[in-house]
Parts: sequence; C-alpha cells; structure tokens
Amino acid sequence: MGDGLLLDVRGLTVQYETESGPLVAVEQVDLQLREGEFLGIVGESGCGKSTLLFAIARLLVPPARISSGSVVFRGRDMVELAEKELRQVRWRDFSVVMQSAMNALNPVMTVGAQLKDVCEQHSTMSRREIALRSAQVLRLVSVDPRHLDSYPHQLSGGMRQRAMIAMALLFTPQLVIMDEPTTALDVVAQRSLMVQIRELQKRLGFAVLFVTHDMSLLRHFADRVAVMYAGQVVEVSSTAQVFGHPLHPYSRGLLAAFPSVTGPRVHLVGLPGAPPDLLRPPRGCRFHPRCPEVMRSCPNVEPPLYEVGGDLVRCLLYDERGGRAGTSERSS
Amino acid sequence: MRFVLRRLGFFMVTLWAAVTINFLIPRLIPGNPALAMLARYRGRVNPQALHALEIDFGVGVAHQSFISSYFGYLANTFTGHLGISLTFFPEPVSKAVLQALPWTLGLVGTTTVLAFLLGTLIGLIGGWRRGGVLDSVLPPVFIVISAFPYFWIGLVAILVFGVILKWLPLGSGYSVTDTIGWSWQFVGDVLVHSILPAATILITAIGGWILTMRNNMVTVLAEDYVRMARAKGLRPWTIMWTYAGRNAILPNLVGFAMSLGFVVSGAILVEYVFNYPGVGWMLLQSVLNDDYALMQALFLLITFAVLVAILVADVLTAILDPRVRES
Repeated sequence: MGDGLLLDVRGLTVQYETESGPLVAVEQVDLQLREGEFLGIVGESGCGKSTLLFAIARLLVPPARISSGSVVFRGRDMVELAEKELRQVRWRDFSVVMQSAMNALNPVMTVGAQLKDVCEQHSTMSRREIALRSAQVLRLVSVDPRHLDSYPHQLSGGMRQRAMIAMALLFTPQLVIMDEPTTALDVVAQRSLMVQIRELQKRLGFAVLFVTHDMSLLRHFADRVAVMYAGQVVEVSSTAQVFGHPLHPYSRGLLAAFPSVTGPRVHLVGLPGAPPDLLRPPRGCRFHPRCPEVMRSCPNVEPPLYEVGGDLVRCLLYDERGGRAGTSERSS
Repeated sequence: MRFVLRRLGFFMVTLWAAVTINFLIPRLIPGNPALAMLARYRGRVNPQALHALEIDFGVGVAHQSFISSYFGYLANTFTGHLGISLTFFPEPVSKAVLQALPWTLGLVGTTTVLAFLLGTLIGLIGGWRRGGVLDSVLPPVFIVISAFPYFWIGLVAILVFGVILKWLPLGSGYSVTDTIGWSWQFVGDVLVHSILPAATILITAIGGWILTMRNNMVTVLAEDYVRMARAKGLRPWTIMWTYAGRNAILPNLVGFAMSLGFVVSGAILVEYVFNYPGVGWMLLQSVLNDDYALMQALFLLITFAVLVAILVADVLTAILDPRVRES
C-alpha cells in the first residue's frame, strides 16, 4: 500500500470440483491494480476471466472455490475474510456490474427498491436521503430518476445496464468490477456507455477491473490490459503496448482477429484451433498447440512470466531475448 | 385495474358456461328424482303423490318446456333456490350443502393452506441450504409418501391409531353423544376427530409443494440477480426472501389456487374413509341416491370455487409479479 496500490492479487487459483476431477479454471494469477486505474482483462470465452473476477469479488459458488492465493484489497486479504466481514466491505468499497443487466436486476422489485435495500444495508441514510441519492446516481448515468419506480422489464437493455452502473456508484466505491457490461448492447450503445464509464471514472476516481472478450473495446478506455489464456495471465501490458506491439503470440492473434475502423485495411486472421480442455491442459506452454511461433522447447517447458520493459509476458520467446526470468512474478 | 376487470369478465363468462353445462348434464342421465323417490318408498306412493313430487322437484317433463325450465333454473340458481334434496328429504339442497360446507372448508381448506405454507417454507429453506440436512432428508421421504394413495394412508392411520392404539376416534366429525354448538367440549371433540384426516391430507399433499418449491429455489439461486444480491452485501435473510423466495414462489401460485378450488370438492376419498360429514362425502351420497338437485348444487359449488380460486391466483400473481400486469 502507500504507493497507490489498491488491489494486489497473488497466486490466485480457482478450481471447479467436477466428476472427472478438479478443473483449474484460474491458475496462479497475479494482478495489481492502482487507485483510479482502468485494467482490462481480455480473453476468449472459457478462459477463466469471469471466474477470476468472481473470485476476486468472493462471489464464487460451489463447485467453484479458491484453492490458493490471496486477494489483498486495501490492505486486507479478501480470501481470508468471513462472509460476515465481507458484507461490510461489499458495495461500500467495491461494487460489481454484471454481464447481463436483464438478469442481474431482480424482476419483481422496482429499480428504486433495489437501490434502497443496499442503502439500508450499508448506511444509516433516511428514506429521504436514500431517495435523493438514488435520483442523483441515476442522473449520473443519464437515466431519468422517474425510472426509480420502474420495474426492470420496463427499461431498455441500455437503461438497465446504466441503472446497474448507477447502483454500483451509490457509495462511490474505490473499485468497480465489471463483467462484460456491454455485451448485450449494440455497438452504438456500447460505445456511449464506455465513454460514460470512463468519464465517471475520471470524475469520481474509482478503479475499474473490466472483463471483456471484445479487445477493441479496451483500446480507448483501458490504462493497462491483461490477456488471459486457458486460466493463465499470458500478458500484462500498457494499452499502447498491447495494441501497438503485443508481446505474446496469443495477444497478436487476438488483435489480428479484430477489425480497425480507422486504420489501414488489413486481412483479418482468426486463431486456428480451439482453447484447450482445462481438465487436461497441454504440457509446457498452454498456447503451444495453436501458436504460430512455436519452438522446440514450448511443449516441454512451462514458461513463467517474463518482465519485458515493465510489461509482463508468459512466453519462452522472451527467455532467449534476455528478458529476466520471472522468479518474482510482479511488476512493482 | 384493467387487468382485474378483464379477469372478472372472463370469470363471468366461464361461470355462465359452467352453470349451463351443469343444467344439461343431469338431464342426459336416464331416470328422474321423482321415480327415484318412488323406488325409495318401494312403490307405496299413489299417482297423485308422485305428481306432487314431480312438481316439487320441477322434473315433470310434461308441464315445462326445455327452454323455460333452463331459464327457471338460471333464475333459481342465482337466487339460491337449488331445489329439494332427495337424500335429506325434505330439506332444501342449499341447507344441506351449507351444513356440510363448514366441515370440508375447516378440514380440507385448513390442511391445504397449511400444506402449501409448510411445504413452501421447507422447500425454500431446503433449496437455500442445498445439500444440507433438511434438503437431503425430506425430499426423498416425501417423494415416497406422495406416491401412496392418500386413502390408503388414511386406512393405515385408522388401523394404527384408531384400532390398535385406540388413541384417536375411527372416523366421523364428532362423537354421536355430543350436542352440536359452540362449546369447548364440542370444539375440542371436533379437533380430536380431525387429527387423523388432517394429518393424512397434510402428509400426502405437502410433498409436492416441498419438491416444486425446492426445485424453483435451486433454479432461481443460479440467477444473476441472486449473485448480484450477494455482491451488494445484503443479509442472507433478505436475499433468501426478497430475491430468491419471491421469485421462486411465482410458478407455484397457480397450482396453489387450483388446489384451493378443489378444497370444496373435498378430499372425497379421505372424507369417505373417515366417514367425515363434509361435501365430498355428501357428493358420494348424492350420486348413490340419484339426487340430481344435490349433485347439481355440489358440482356448481365446486366449479364456482375453482373459478374464484383462479381469479384469486391471477390477482395474486399480478401483485407479486409486475411483468404479468401489463401483458
């Protein structure tokens, strides 16, 4: 702490107990988030990014469980906290915006009632104060406060998502965790929501952990990007680095699969193959069966995270280029 | 409001249809109550008396056209003139039914509501603590119990508690030595008599509610809004009731209303097994005695009760589920 470090995830491993044995969905993940920072986490479906997010927020339900690692948030290890202690921290200090606002809002309660119950849980605000604060946060996300009396099904998808974000900002927490908040929206609504999130973030100063499978969303909004593959973080770089000169072959593959609206016309390339079965992950580097730059050692040696000019990458390419072998897998 | 009015309109139309069908069906059955009465007195009735009876029952085909008897029937039905019962001759049907109704409402009504409330509560907690003690013990037990026919359970209960242990009376709603009235002694006696039939209905009916509620609960608990409620740091109690429970109970409301509607028809077999003086027992008697007027009145009552129950369920669902109100 002290250096503005808000969230420090170390060696976080999440397992799903399945009938065919434990499935490691998130393996030894290290992530650091500074105050007010926007960190994007990107990866294919099933790479464990949502599981990672829920593990950090301590929202996993059986059969998923954190098997090792720590999540230090503002000096306290969240993994160690009992459910009761967690409740004190929840929403006041960090809030969560879920993937589909359609299902993340209780269909039988008005938006106002869903803002109210959380206010009553975490504060001693009077009814009037709650009503005022609720109207205030809705205005923050450009939703008419009269929708406090609306039920979720009466709102459009974009409005529901905004209402969710409004809810997340009730106590102006230091961290807002977002799980693909824009996937259910069309491109135009997506962009306007992203602009708004970024603007609010700058104004209110909260940090954002933003999970998405759509890499292009992060280009103009994230400070840093973490790329996940098969349960592991394979690259953590500044946004400029990831989009300009991605270090990991997988990041390059991801980037090549997205079109650029403004840039030169390029041929889009898909990544061949499919993500590995996490019950039987490939030996060595998990990406080697799909990697265009695979080397002889890749199937045998599991690469650590190498530090390359302040960025982190899990690829043996950087072993030979003289990158410091990552005995310590940290950037600070 | 428009929702309620529309439902009410639908209710009226269905009721009219039911009343009309109720008029037609007995007239398709051969025989008539006057002849049945005649049979009862083994022919020792002279023709004038028979004619008088026919007029009394309003069945003399000779002096009324089908149509006019239909309108006469409609008018009488809505003014509560349901004819004279053959079984309880010369009591009017309405009086006989009103005597049986409280017994059934008291026994079957209370147990149905109780079964729903208890079953829903157990299912709610079982689903909430999935894999807990409650959840691993009760559902399998009740699956087995629900598979037994309830009259069989009733017979076993009578055998064990009435015949062998002699703890509880064998049947009937009260002891023959009682004076009927609002005395402590009588009420206590009625309660003692109701234990076996009530328990029989309760254990056979509750299983379904436990199982469906538990399954609804498990489904709802996987919803994002429940995870969201946890993320909000709400108390588990609040999450269980207002987030999970309130959504999980919605699919069960209609089923509950239907079962309420069938309270009036009584658990016929239970009332029969326990010789209970309720509507179900009366229905059986009316069929055995060719008692058209009574049968008609009872069918009408059952239909009416089911329709009212559906209406109540619709309104209740609309209150609990905002999505229903507008569609």
